[in-house]
Amino acid sequence: MEGVPEVTFCPQAAVVVDRLTKCFGERTAFSEVSFEVARGEVFGFLGPNGAGKTTMVRTLGTLIEPTSGMATVAGIPLAPDNAVEIRQHVSIMPEAPGLYLRLTVTENLEYFAGLYGLHQPAARIRAALDAVNLGDRAGDLCGGLSKGLRQRVGLARTLLSDPVVMFLDEPTSGLDPVATREVHNLITNLRQSGTTIFLTTHRLEEAERLCDRVAILNTTLRTVGQTEDLRAQLFTKTLVVQTLESLGDPGRLFTGIPGVDGWRSDGPGSYVLSVPDPRRVAPEVTRGLVAAGADVVSIGEAKHSLEDVYLELVNEDVEARGQ
Amino acid sequence: MMSIDTARVRAVVRKELRDYRRRRSIVVTMIILPVVFLIEPTLTVFLAPAGTNLQVPLLLLLLIPVVTPSTLAAYSIVGEREQGTLEPLLTTPLRREEFILGKASAVMIPTLVLSYAVFGLFLAVVGIFAKSAASAAVFHQGPVLLAIVLLIPLMAGWAVIVGMAVSVRASEIRVAQQLGMVASFPPLVAVILLALGVVHPSVRVALLFAGVLLLIDARAVSLVSRMFDRERLVTGNRAARPGGTSRLWRGRSG
Ligand SMILES: Nc1ncnc2c1ncn2[C@@H]1O[C@H](COP(=O)(O)OP(=O)(O)OP(=O)(O)O)[C@@H](O)[C@H]1O
Ligand SMILES: [Mg+2]
Repeated sequence: MEGVPEVTFCPQAAVVVDRLTKCFGERTAFSEVSFEVARGEVFGFLGPNGAGKTTMVRTLGTLIEPTSGMATVAGIPLAPDNAVEIRQHVSIMPEAPGLYLRLTVTENLEYFAGLYGLHQPAARIRAALDAVNLGDRAGDLCGGLSKGLRQRVGLARTLLSDPVVMFLDEPTSGLDPVATREVHNLITNLRQSGTTIFLTTHRLEEAERLCDRVAILNTTLRTVGQTEDLRAQLFTKTLVVQTLESLGDPGRLFTGIPGVDGWRSDGPGSYVLSVPDPRRVAPEVTRGLVAAGADVVSIGEAKHSLEDVYLELVNEDVEARGQ
Repeated sequence: MMSIDTARVRAVVRKELRDYRRRRSIVVTMIILPVVFLIEPTLTVFLAPAGTNLQVPLLLLLLIPVVTPSTLAAYSIVGEREQGTLEPLLTTPLRREEFILGKASAVMIPTLVLSYAVFGLFLAVVGIFAKSAASAAVFHQGPVLLAIVLLIPLMAGWAVIVGMAVSVRASEIRVAQQLGMVASFPPLVAVILLALGVVHPSVRVALLFAGVLLLIDARAVSLVSRMFDRERLVTGNRAARPGGTSRLWRGRSG
C-alpha cells in the first residue's frame, strides 16, 4: 500500500484532495492533506492564522500550483491543462471581496458575467442581486458601499456563474452581527438549493451552525468529520453535578453508583463525572445524591463546543512545537 | 497563441474603458497631452519663417503614443493588485493570453484614436489654414509623415508592453508609472536620429525603423507574457522560488 498513490475516483464528490502539499520555497503552507467534500455539502475548513486555508483555496481554484499530491475539483482532475475548465465550474470569494470601486454594482457583475460567458447576463445579475437582497442598490457605485454591502456584492458575484463548488474564504470576517447573520442566512439558503460550499473561517460557532462537516487544518490536517463525531472522539462524556453544599464524601458516593467511571471536583459543590452514557446514568446519580441527603441544584450533560475540539487540537500543536 | 475567447477579451476592454472614464487624472491627461503636442507643431508651421526645419515639430507628434499609454499600462496590473481586484479576476476562466490582450487593447485603443486624431487634425489645420508655402513644406515631408503613421502603433505597442511588464513586478502604482514612463522612451531614439538629421528621412528609412521596432515589439510580447504567471500575479512579490513548484506544473498555467 505504502508509496502507491491511491487515486480516488468519485463522481459524487465535489472535491477530492489526495496528499496535497504546497511549499513556498522552504516554507510549507500545507502538507500531505487529504479529504473529500460531497456534492451539496457545506464543508467547514478551520485553522489558526497561517494554517494554510487560503493557500488551499487558491490551490483548488488553480491560482496556485501544488508542490505535490493530487486533487479533483468539480469532478475535474487538478492539472494545468484543466485549469480553465475548473475555473469555469467553481467560484471563489477571496478574503477581500475585491470590487471595482469606480464601477456600479451592476457593472461589476456585468464584467464577471462576461468573463464567465454567461447567457442572458441581465437576468442572472438580477437573480444574484435578489439572492443577496441588493436589488435596490444595483446602480450604486461600489466605492460608496459599506463593508457589509461590499461583501454581499462579492457573494452575488460568486453566485453569478451557478458554480458546482463555491469557495468562500472567511466570508464574515470584519462584519457586524447583522451583516454576519445575513451572510449565514444566504449560506443556509444556498445549501438548501444544493450548492456545494467550501467555507474557511475562524468563527467556530459559524462552522458549527452552518457546516455539515468540518476539517481542522494546521499545516497538516488535524481532523475531519461531523462536529458531533469530533466531540465524541476527543472528549469522554461527562455529567456535571451541582449541589447547594459540598458533599461530605463524594468519592464513596460517586464510585458506588453503577456507570460512573470516574469523578473530579470542579469547585465547591461542583462535580464532573465521567460516564459512558449520560442519559442512562443521570437518573442513577440523582437517586444516589437524594439518598445521601444532598441538595441537588442541577445535573446535566457537559456539552463540548467545536471550540473545545479546536482548542484541544490546535493547542496540542502549539505544545508539540514548544518542545 | 491558443484558443482565445474574444467575448472575454471584449469584457476586459469594456471594463477597462469604463474605469478610465471615471478616473479624473486619466481623463485630464488624455485631454491635455494631445492639446500640448498639437499646439507646438502648429505654431511652428504658422509662425516660423520659411525654410525652418519642420522635422522636429512633426516628430513631436510621436510623443503622444509614447506618453499616453505608459501611465495607463503601468497602472493596469499593480492598480488591480492594490485594489484587491486581481485575485477575483484570476479566479475566472479568463486565460493568460486573453488577460494580456484585453488589458493591452484597452490601452492601445484610446492611444491610437488620440494619436491619429491629433495627427489628422494637425494635417487638416495646416492644409486648410496655413499659407500655401508653409503647408507645402509640411506635405513635402513625405518620408517623415510615413514614419509617423507607421511608428505611432509601434511606439505605443512598446510603451504598452514595457508598461505592463513594469506593472506586473511593481509593488506600488507610483513607482510603476515612473518606471513605465522611463522604459517607454528608448524607441524615441529613432525619432531623435531623424530629427537631428543623423539619419536622412526617406521611405526606406521609415520602413526600416518600423520593421525593426515591429521585431522588437514581437519579441517583447513573448518575453512579457511569460511574466504573467497566475501564481506570481496572486502572491505578488512573495512569489514562489522555482524550487517550490513541481516540474509537472512549472511554466504551464492556463
Ligand atoms: N506567496 C507566499 N509566499 C511565501 N509564503 C506564503 C505565501 N502565501 C502564504 N504563505 C505562507 O503560507 C502559510 C499559510 O498561509 P495562508 O495564507 O494560506 O494561511 P491562512 O490559514 O489563510 O491564514 P489566515 O487565517 O491568517 O488567513 C503562512 O505561513 C504564510 O506565511
Ligand atoms: Mg487566509
